[in-house]
Parts: sequence; structure tokens; C-alpha cells
Amino acid sequence: MALDIFHERGVPLERQVFTWRDLVRTPISKLDDDAFTRVRIILMNGLETFALRLGHPLSWMNDDLRRPLAQMRRIEKHQQTLVNWLLPPDLSPLETTIAYEQVAIEVTASVAQHEPDPYLAQVYRFGLLEDFDHMHRFSALLDRLEGKDANNILQSYTDIRPGRPTAVEHRAPEDDLREHYDRTTAAPLTKLHAITLTGAEFQTEDYYMNIGPLFADPLARQLYAEISAIEEQHVTQYGSLMDPNESPLERWMLMQATEVYNYYSCAESESNPRVREIWTRFVDYELGQLHATMELFKALERRDPAEVLPESVPEPIAFESHREFVRQTLAGEVDLRARGTQFVDKSQEGADSPSVIYRDQMNSEGSPSELVAAGYRWRPGTELSDGRAKATQQEVGAP
Amino acid sequence: MKTGIEMGLNRTGIGTSPLAAKASIQGAEEGVPLAGIDGSGMARVRADYVRDAEPIGTVPPPTSVKGAVLSAGQLLSGKRPAVLLDKLSERLAFERTGTRLYEALIAKMEAMPATEKLPLEEVRRFHDEERAHMQLVAAAIERLGGDPTAETPSADVDGVASMGLLQVIADPRTSILHSLHAIHIAELADNDGWLLLIQLAGSMGQDEMVTAFSAALDEEEEHLESVRRWMTNGVLAEAQREAATFEPGEAHAT
Repeated sequence: MALDIFHERGVPLERQVFTWRDLVRTPISKLDDDAFTRVRIILMNGLETFALRLGHPLSWMNDDLRRPLAQMRRIEKHQQTLVNWLLPPDLSPLETTIAYEQVAIEVTASVAQHEPDPYLAQVYRFGLLEDFDHMHRFSALLDRLEGKDANNILQSYTDIRPGRPTAVEHRAPEDDLREHYDRTTAAPLTKLHAITLTGAEFQTEDYYMNIGPLFADPLARQLYAEISAIEEQHVTQYGSLMDPNESPLERWMLMQATEVYNYYSCAESESNPRVREIWTRFVDYELGQLHATMELFKALERRDPAEVLPESVPEPIAFESHREFVRQTLAGEVDLRARGTQFVDKSQEGADSPSVIYRDQMNSEGSPSELVAAGYRWRPGTELSDGRAKATQQEVGAP
Repeated sequence: MKTGIEMGLNRTGIGTSPLAAKASIQGAEEGVPLAGIDGSGMARVRADYVRDAEPIGTVPPPTSVKGAVLSAGQLLSGKRPAVLLDKLSERLAFERTGTRLYEALIAKMEAMPATEKLPLEEVRRFHDEERAHMQLVAAAIERLGGDPTAETPSADVDGVASMGLLQVIADPRTSILHSLHAIHIAELADNDGWLLLIQLAGSMGQDEMVTAFSAALDEEEEHLESVRRWMTNGVLAEAQREAATFEPGEAHAT
């Protein structure tokens, strides 16, 4: 039965409490847990990070919101820790990167299929094919640098093959902005989708910026520099979908509703009982935060939250393999490029387009994503398992 | 008993979901029709950076007059006292981390059921000896006028190389056998590290050091032999233990 967010009031803020032991639990198993358990953890860390990221500037610019947002951010912070600390220490930064890209692919694919607005659905498919290519490049790096198989992380749910080549994803800023939805007419789900993917991409960019310098290998450092730049473009792209005319409190209320929606989606599909208990608890916490925000909205804006929020939580995100959808999208849309807020075939991009000029400049001393995956085809057990190939260290460019 | 060697729902291999794996293989072949291992571009980038690279750091100059005399080569028969100071610092760093590795192992042993316990007193003695070795090397650096608190390039590299060892032992989910594997790697490197240091000190006329370090090496050899024996016996015993039953099956059907 769908969750009625107006009648389900969740846990009141004062009862949303934690201890350090509660925050730091036994992590999931890298080897035995389902890949989608890890996908959900990464996604929800992204949403909690986004709530903090959004809550701060809203407080800086709104006197009335300073105290209530500080209270809610404290809870979000602890939720974020509890969720993110479920990742185990045997996942290397590069393996975690593979998991981040799996989130970007499978969650974006689900969102693209459920998005009611055709233009936004197109935007999501456009971004999807770029993250899909990142997976190919990072898998090549994982194989060729560390001698590891990306499919150990992906568990055969997600294809490893080129998408829209990362080298052509570099665009001028004006070609990353998209039309925003209209807050007065957009479906609530459209708003929740935009927040979800902006949060997911934002944390990915930050993650790559934090771990990029940990790599000794110069090509790995270059690849993280390159792909984190695309993630910044994606934050621009997805962030620009949100209507800038929404009031700060309206946006905060949508943020809370997005968290309810996502935790609910996680709880509905989780296979690990220990983790499901956390999702269920946080659905109730987020409902509590949402209702606190609704009260603020009514008191400060004198508006009815029902103008903005859906009556019940929409159909959950499908945490499953979207292989066929991704392949169809790849076949039909890999050659699309952006011109302003619209998408055109690559033949219409034009040599004088700001994006082409920018891209040529950035790639003029070589393209890390092209170099790292030159001739790369994923195969089970890494490309070294191909008995026919006589690879030497020199041939694969091992450091 | 938690050993980390049980059959269960490991999902990492393609055997977990043969149908999905087949689709992944087919997708990769379709996506890259002509595969080839071409690392020439990667090699060029790496070579370019190697040529441009600056050293990770330097060995600090002596901190005392006596050290300055030493570094001028008057008390050491070798030409490059920096090499000895650097390798001494490396050993110091390794023994210091080694002490912490044993502390983590002891903590894990104390938390495990009695059946898994190794001779705890012996492990504690090894810990104390690692710490004594660290102090021995620190004193040697001081005698040469060096600064035992400084981190030299080899000490830094050693820290990087050891990161995974501590990561293994500090993880509450790893077993005593996993932890012994990490300690074993440390002790192997440690033994050869002492051998090299003794040879180096001898080549630079440091007879006092050679004597003291040789005694440390004797203890390190005992550590290595014991750790190797505990690890081997543990794995062999594990292979004979009654196994829990497990029914394999397809994990997902997509």
C-alpha cells in the first residue's frame, strides 16, 4: 500500500536520536551482499549529503529558517554517517568508484523511465549514457592498474561497454544548462527526481575530488580529474532542472519529501534485513522532518503543503538491472550532443560550437579516458584472463 | 568459530548468475567488437610524468655538531651517510608500525573465543620486542647525530607499503588467520630489512650497530618462524574442520 505522507507523521524530531555505536555498525559484505544494497547505501548517502548542502545556504539567507534547519541538519548529518559507514573497508577507492557509477546508471535509468515530463526524461537519458561510459573507463583502469574485475562489484547487473565517449562529454557551461520544470504545473514526482539525481551526482563529484589525489598513478589522477569535471557538468545539468522560483522553504520541503521517497524505495526492495531495518527507521525519521517542515511552511508562507507535495509516495525507484533500457537508449541516442538546452545529432554540433572549442582545448594534450581504455573490452576475470592474448606489462602500460 | 573460510552467498563471480553474466559478456563484445590490449598511450603518459617527477622528499641534515662531522664522512667509512640514516629511519618506522600491528592482533585475540587463541603471551613478547627494536634504532640514529623523529623518504615509502597490513588486522571482520597473513608479510619484509641494514652498517664501519642489530635479527627470525607456524597450522586445521552445508543457486535472474 502506498505511503500517505500527509497522514503518516513518522517520528517526532525530539525522538530522532543516535549514539556513536548506533552510527558505526558492522558494514555490509563486499563479497556476499547484493550489489543493489551497496547502490542504495551510496544513493542515500548522496541524498543526505545534499540535504546538508542545501540546508546551509538556505539558513544563511533566511533568518526564520536558521534554527529549524540547524536542528534538522543535525539529524541528517547523523543519518548520513550511519548510512555511509555501512560501506566496508575492503572496498578500494576505485572499487567504490565502480559502485558509484552503478548507482548513476541504474538509478538514472529507473528515473528516466518513470519521469512523466518527456523533456526531463530525455535529459536523464542523455546523462545516463555519459555515466555509462565512465563505467567502461573506470573498469579499464581497475583492470589495467590494479588487476581487478569490475564485475566483482557489479555482479553482472550492469553492462561494461562504451557509452557516449567521455572525451566528447566536455561541454561549454551554456550547453550544460537545461530548461527547468515549472513549479506550478510540474508533477511532484518530477521535482523529486530532479533532487534525487542532483544529489547523487553532487556526491559523486565530491567523492572523485576527494579520492583522486590518493592515487599514485598519474593516469588515474588524470582520469579522476577528467571524470569529476563531467560530474560537475552533470550537477549543473540536473540542478538546472529545478525551478529557481521555488521558495527556500518549498525547496526544503521537497528535499524532505525526496528523502522520504528514496528511503521508502530502499525499504521496499532491500534484501539485507539489517539494512532494511535502517531504511524503515529512516522513512519514519524523514516523515517526522517532513511534517516539521510542513508546519513551518504553513506558518511562514501561509500556504498549503498539498500545493507542492504528492498525496502519497510515488511508485518506488526500481533497484534492478535496466540492461535492456540502457541498451536501447545507447542504440538510439549515443550520438546526441547538447546545444544550449536542447539535444542535437553530433552532425549538427558545428566546429564553431562553444562546446567543441572547449573540448578541443581540454583534450589537446591527450585524453585520459581514451588512453586508459584503448582497445579495452571487459571479460570475466579481467582482460588478462584471455589466454589468446600475449600481454606483457609493457603492452598494457603497467606502471 | 569465525574463520572467514566458509561457503556461502558470495556474489562476485560470474557463476553467481550465469544468465546475467552471459548478457554482460555479450554486451561487452557488442560494445567493443575489436578488442586489443594497447597500453602504448598509457605508457607514454606515465613515462612523461616519471621524467618530470621530483623526489618524494629528502633526508634531513644532522641535528648536532657530531652529526655534521659524520655527514662530512669523517666517522663513517661510506661516502653517503644519508643512505644509512634513511634506512635506519625506514627500520624505525617499520618497527613502530609493527608494534601497532601486534597490538591490533592482541586486541583481536583477546576478543575471540578461547578455541582460536594463539599463545597470547608469546605474541605479547613479540610486541614488546618490536617496540624495543624501534627504540634501538632510534638510539642508533641519535648516535649518528640524526633526528629519529624525522620521516625520511624510505620511511615514508615503507608507511605507504604497510597501509594494507594494518587495514587487514584492524578490520573486526577479519579472522586471526587473515591477521596472521598480514603479520607474516610484515615479518618477511622485516627480516630482510634487518639483514640489509646490518650489511649496510657493516659496510660503513658501524661495528657496534652490527652487533646490536644482529641480536634484533635473531628475535625477528623467531617472530617469523612462529608466525609462519601458527599460520600454517591454522590453515591446515581449518581444512579438516567440519563444514556447514550450503546449497548454491542463481542469485538473480535478470
